[in-house]
Amino acid sequence: MLGLCLGIACEREERNFQGIPPSASASMPPVRESELQPGPPTRSAPISGPYEENAYGVSQGKTLYNQYNCSGCHFQGGGGIGPPLMDADWIYGSRPENIFETIAEGRPNGMPAFGRKINADQIWQLVAYVRSMSGLLRKDVAPGRSDDMQVRPQEQSTPKARPVHSALPPASERQ
Amino acid sequence: MSAAGSLLTLVQQSHSVLNPAGPQTRMIDRLWDAMYLTSIVVFVLVVGALLWSAFRRRAIDDPPQTPAREQSLKTVVAGATGLTILVLLGFLVYDVAVGRQITRNPGAQALQIRVTGHQWWWEVQYRDSIAKDWATTANEIHIPTGRPVALELRSTDVIHSFWPPDLTPKRDLIPGNVNSLWFRADSAGVYRGQCAEFCGQQHAKMGFLVIAEPPDRFALWLARQRDTAQTPTTDLTRRGQEVFLGSTCVMCHAIGGTPAGSRIGPDLTHLASRRTIAAGTLPNTRGNLAGWILDPQRIKPGTRMPPNQLSPADLHALLAYLETLK
Repeated sequence: MLGLCLGIACEREERNFQGIPPSASASMPPVRESELQPGPPTRSAPISGPYEENAYGVSQGKTLYNQYNCSGCHFQGGGGIGPPLMDADWIYGSRPENIFETIAEGRPNGMPAFGRKINADQIWQLVAYVRSMSGLLRKDVAPGRSDDMQVRPQEQSTPKARPVHSALPPASERQ
Repeated sequence: MSAAGSLLTLVQQSHSVLNPAGPQTRMIDRLWDAMYLTSIVVFVLVVGALLWSAFRRRAIDDPPQTPAREQSLKTVVAGATGLTILVLLGFLVYDVAVGRQITRNPGAQALQIRVTGHQWWWEVQYRDSIAKDWATTANEIHIPTGRPVALELRSTDVIHSFWPPDLTPKRDLIPGNVNSLWFRADSAGVYRGQCAEFCGQQHAKMGFLVIAEPPDRFALWLARQRDTAQTPTTDLTRRGQEVFLGSTCVMCHAIGGTPAGSRIGPDLTHLASRRTIAAGTLPNTRGNLAGWILDPQRIKPGTRMPPNQLSPADLHALLAYLETLK
């Protein structure tokens, strides 16, 4: 029983301080956003974020989310200047590699490219945190408390969303 | 500052509760001396009584217990107990009196400084009536000698504790709460301080320096700290500034007078004027700075600063630029 408890506890808390320097992060394989493609269907191996099952990494992501001012546009997940992150709707894909690319390369209509400014390791932590906001991570990995008062429930108690791959908003809305 | 000079400063700094340099630590030092000397007297008396009772010779025809002898023994024990209580009460009164004197408000002429604890470094801000004139530095508190300094203590993450043992007793920095503390340095010198509340992995390497200077030298220092950073003049330093603004540095650090304005890491506007880097961990030399920029996790594992990969030419330019930030 004790061994079982210890085994479960260890899995959530792996820490990696060394990180990957930002200039090494440009070598990501091309990431696809949809199933549409010319020619016969080919499947690329899905890239899994290193912090998807790591409570420490997700909580670091939560700290960085505010420190790097993601909250300046996306607010605490509800969206404002940028689109909301806590709903099931994903414009550029919900998989970790899609979100990595969104942060690293930027997106049209205002999302800056953070690729050369944040190291890859921290981007992966942000990716894991962004996914936890709409309940895409395991409950015991998602953050369970905030340092400040929040108007939304904890990431841990967010119901698991079924990601919807929506299109870009019409041009008139984008102005 | 040369490497040898920096090393010398690190050696010369004082970090001892037995070397009081301010009025409060002097009071505490006297209280400690009083307790120490009294304890020596008590220890000698107790051990003496014990040895005397162990080694005294009993007469063969020792008289049996009598009521009169019993009574005299009771008087001795009651007297010793009463004396112990009196000594302890005396210490209590002395201790409370010292505590009250230490925390007394220093008055309006005190210099106002805000100290914010971060994992794992100290942010130091010299307040002014105009917000633009606030001077921000890190891990180094310059103070004028002979003038009380009132600190406003804050924390952004966990509980830290501010403790330069030569100058003042400890005071905690509590997130969401503002604590205050005052002290005064009577003689010029470099006093080392340390975080005294376990605050995470690099708690032990969260040090700072208090540098007490004559008031005129302090005023000069403060005037320079209020200035924005020097504009780069050579091609190399201009390239260094571009490297700084175009890489990861700019996400966390601020340099006054440039677009870099982030407040997550220490303010670097006058980095070259500081004696240490990484919160008192290393002397501020070019080699240490290069090592710190490339792989801070090897020097302080767990620190918030990520490793950086820079080409040798970029690193050279960046270091040249950082060295101009006097």
